[in-house]
Amino acid sequence: MAPHTHLLLNRLVGFLGSALLLSSFAMLSMRRMSSLVRIFALQGLLLTLGTLSVAIVAGEPHLLFSALFTFIFKVLVLPIILFRLLERLRIRGEVEVLLNVPTTMVVGLFVVVFSFALASPISELASTVSRGLIGVGLAALLLSFLMMITRKKAITQVLGFLGMENALFFSAINATYGMPMVVELGVAFDVLVGTFVFGIFFFQIRETFESFDLKHMDNTQTE
Amino acid sequence: MALVSLILSPLAGALVLAFWGHKKVAPALNILFSLLTFALSILLADEVYRSGPRLALDEQLFSDGLSSLFLVVTGGVAATTSFFSFRYMAIEAAHGHLSPERSRLYLALYQVFVLAMIVVLASNNLGLLWVALEGATLATVLLVGWSRTPSAIKASWKYFILCGVGIAQALFGTILLYFASEKTLGPGGTALLWTHLAMVKSQLEPTVIGLAFVFFVVGYGTKVGLVPLHNWLPDAHAEGPTPISAVLSGLLLNVALYAILRVKVLADGALHSAMPSRLLIGFGLVTLLLASISMWKRQDIKRLFAYSSIEHMGIATLAFGIGGPLATFAGLLHMTAHSLVKSAIFFVVGHIVQTSGSQKILSIREVAARTPGLSRALLAGGFAITGLPPFALFASEFLIVSEAARRAPYTVPFLLFALFVTFGIILFRILEMNGGGPPLESPVLPSPPLTFFPVWIHLGVALVMGLFFPALLASVYQKALLSLGPLYGG
Amino acid sequence: MAITSPSPAMVAVEAVQLLFVLLFAPVLYGWIAIVRAFLSNRTPAGLFQPWRNLLRLFKKETLLPEGHSILFVLVPPAFFSVIAGASLLVPFLSVSPLLAPVADAVTLVGLFSLARMTMALGAMDVGTPFGDMGARREMMVAFLTEPATLMILFTVSLWSGSTSVPSIIRSLSDGHDLFHPSLLIAALAFILVFLGENARLPIDNPTTHLELTMIHEAMLLEYSGPLLALMEWGSMQKLLLYLLIGIDFFAPAGIPEAPTFLSVLAGSGILAGKLFLLGSGIALIESLFAKLRIFRVPEFTALAYLLSTLGFLLHFVLEV
Repeated sequence: MAPHTHLLLNRLVGFLGSALLLSSFAMLSMRRMSSLVRIFALQGLLLTLGTLSVAIVAGEPHLLFSALFTFIFKVLVLPIILFRLLERLRIRGEVEVLLNVPTTMVVGLFVVVFSFALASPISELASTVSRGLIGVGLAALLLSFLMMITRKKAITQVLGFLGMENALFFSAINATYGMPMVVELGVAFDVLVGTFVFGIFFFQIRETFESFDLKHMDNTQTE
Repeated sequence: MALVSLILSPLAGALVLAFWGHKKVAPALNILFSLLTFALSILLADEVYRSGPRLALDEQLFSDGLSSLFLVVTGGVAATTSFFSFRYMAIEAAHGHLSPERSRLYLALYQVFVLAMIVVLASNNLGLLWVALEGATLATVLLVGWSRTPSAIKASWKYFILCGVGIAQALFGTILLYFASEKTLGPGGTALLWTHLAMVKSQLEPTVIGLAFVFFVVGYGTKVGLVPLHNWLPDAHAEGPTPISAVLSGLLLNVALYAILRVKVLADGALHSAMPSRLLIGFGLVTLLLASISMWKRQDIKRLFAYSSIEHMGIATLAFGIGGPLATFAGLLHMTAHSLVKSAIFFVVGHIVQTSGSQKILSIREVAARTPGLSRALLAGGFAITGLPPFALFASEFLIVSEAARRAPYTVPFLLFALFVTFGIILFRILEMNGGGPPLESPVLPSPPLTFFPVWIHLGVALVMGLFFPALLASVYQKALLSLGPLYGG
Repeated sequence: MAITSPSPAMVAVEAVQLLFVLLFAPVLYGWIAIVRAFLSNRTPAGLFQPWRNLLRLFKKETLLPEGHSILFVLVPPAFFSVIAGASLLVPFLSVSPLLAPVADAVTLVGLFSLARMTMALGAMDVGTPFGDMGARREMMVAFLTEPATLMILFTVSLWSGSTSVPSIIRSLSDGHDLFHPSLLIAALAFILVFLGENARLPIDNPTTHLELTMIHEAMLLEYSGPLLALMEWGSMQKLLLYLLIGIDFFAPAGIPEAPTFLSVLAGSGILAGKLFLLGSGIALIESLFAKLRIFRVPEFTALAYLLSTLGFLLHFVLEV
């Protein structure tokens, strides 16, 4: 491959990583449920493109399969399931926050600085083409975590959970060109089953609490 | 190959029960499959004991002294719990709480859960280990929320989310581990295999492994119930059906701690520093202190014993943190003995709770008084779990305290404090249930055999392990330690 | 770099720069209005409508409000000249203008805040509630966007290691022709800062006099005639200068290194093209977004700060 194209693709991976990080922040700042799901789908797309570019730059054919798999699974299947859930459960309206958005953003920035610092010794050891992105993956992971602890509704927590999985996948791609196939399939299987369990949960929660706001759950006395 | 068939047995069980779980005979089938799994685990342990570690399925499956020990414990407790569960679910059905469809789901998920734990223990691939441990959570999430009361759903949601978050951290740890090992073992399938990793552990990159270890401890530690990530555990134990509380406490926590132990061996090899040990000592101390203090004023009996589980896991974690052959042995002994005793206690408690329809200690005094068999069993269990002499937990706790005094003296005051606090609280609570209560008006109830023979088997084994340690058992534990490497195989 | 003997060509370029900014700023304003009108299916006024407005204002007599001090009269010329002075420092017709040693990005930020401060002083001088409110809001927006502005400056200066604008332009135009994630994100942040600093739509509506929402207009409410014209003209220049700085940082291609007549001519052609393009972009943004409620402004500026800081951090992770 011509060095110029190589460099360009490498830049592209960096760009996709930054976009992933931005999308994590976007998830933190979104107020509408349906936008959250859309951003999740967008993340899936970024992940697919990122995997594709790494596959081409590094010449790792098995990543092509991963990319295809990511596309089907995270851009098509999961968002469709989530949208149908939103529709069937008639979840509308706004995300409720425990911490207001600008504050969350500032905390998020600290999280980013922290993870970049944490990841920098690792990045230096890496031999992959896109090693700088390990820190980006870690940051996205912690941002999704932040979203889970600062948002109240059940479905936002689920999206945070899925966002974490995306970030992990992204880190794996950039640190080591992905995990061994059998592990990757296993993880994907777990996530799929997890999503179904979440789905079952939503119906149970609605039956029991008539709301998805976790504060109703918190009010439930257990000792 | 015992190793492969050990996995196939619960898998077949899950499939069969998924199709025929609503039939009348299904609970018996559940027992049958669990017994088969137990038998196979003994067969495997025997094989490993005689001729060393086994590998199967392209090196993906693996069993050495350590994992075969835990496989036997898992198989055993799963089998006795299936007996208890038989009776428990029959009563639930009689009360009209259980339709055949739900019974089918319950039985199938029970087998899936056993399958997931066995895969964790028998997996050579640390990535698959992660997948299986997450699978174990997914299988039990719906079981915890079984009764569908608001508090049960809250508990299972908490369980799901917290463990999901935790396990994600562990996945990051796995990625980092793969990242480090790929350099020495090359990319591809072998870089996550424990057998290969253990051979090259001293060549692994220390910075990366150190970071990976932290993520592993936080991640799998959530499942173990280490403070501050323990929040899900009391809720899940208190709200789930009691057979599930028994296997969660007796097996799942163990299995997660087993994962941490495996990773610690790698971290010790790569780091040549005390960081992994210190981390575990820290988590262990905080856990056992907080858990023992939280037991104070617990009115809910299942919750009380859930906190006790957290405390015991803290003790075992501390033991592994102290390290060295003796403390590690004590930690293993503690884990196995705790599995037996705690599940026995949950069997008894389950029966009491089911008969009285309440989990509050004050309102179940009468039932305890009406069934002397239960009272006696609970008292024995209470003695065993608080580490009173003839039982195995005394031996392990004694060893841990003396090793702590030798190698990490600063932990001793905290350790002793926590031990005495739990001792006092649990005994006080149990005596409260046995002693007080209004005078007996209703007739004394007979002790149900299906509940009781597992209880006495468990307590009996714990007693034997505590009174005199048979030579066979000693060499089994020694083999388990040896399989961890020269640092532990004293 | 010290000021050596100024060559006539360099002096000429500075003069052309000043003239360009003075003359072109209202035209750009007109252009944005045309595109906005086009996008909302209205009939546009001409390209030179802002110029006609300014000239008309200059012809009117000056009415001074009751209770004003001398400050009130001094503010418009001061504001205007600070901005016009800044146009000498922003290199856009040649990479290294005469005042290059002074052309530091931080100096520019300082000049703009000086201008803003004078404007706020003028608004508060008479003591009407609207003036005060506008000044207060303006200062709030400024206080919130300034950290973002500085972070953007630092991000772009990471390549050259200096905040001097000519060296930033040089380091970004040679050898770094491919797009960089950090610059891209900084550019996004710059757009947000630009909208906030120049009273454009999501923050402030430049065409409304609706009392509850206005910021910029509230400050000019007491001015009339030539004084108002100076203020408006200055604001138009400020908008143009911000765009020019943006071009310097993020799309410097086509700015001639050595000022010859031809290269300056070609350079200004390219520049005008870029400016018309950017103006259309602004109009598009303004047609797509509604004005934010005032208490959502901190969120908007927090986003700008967030983006600029991310760009800054990503530079170290991805591009070193």
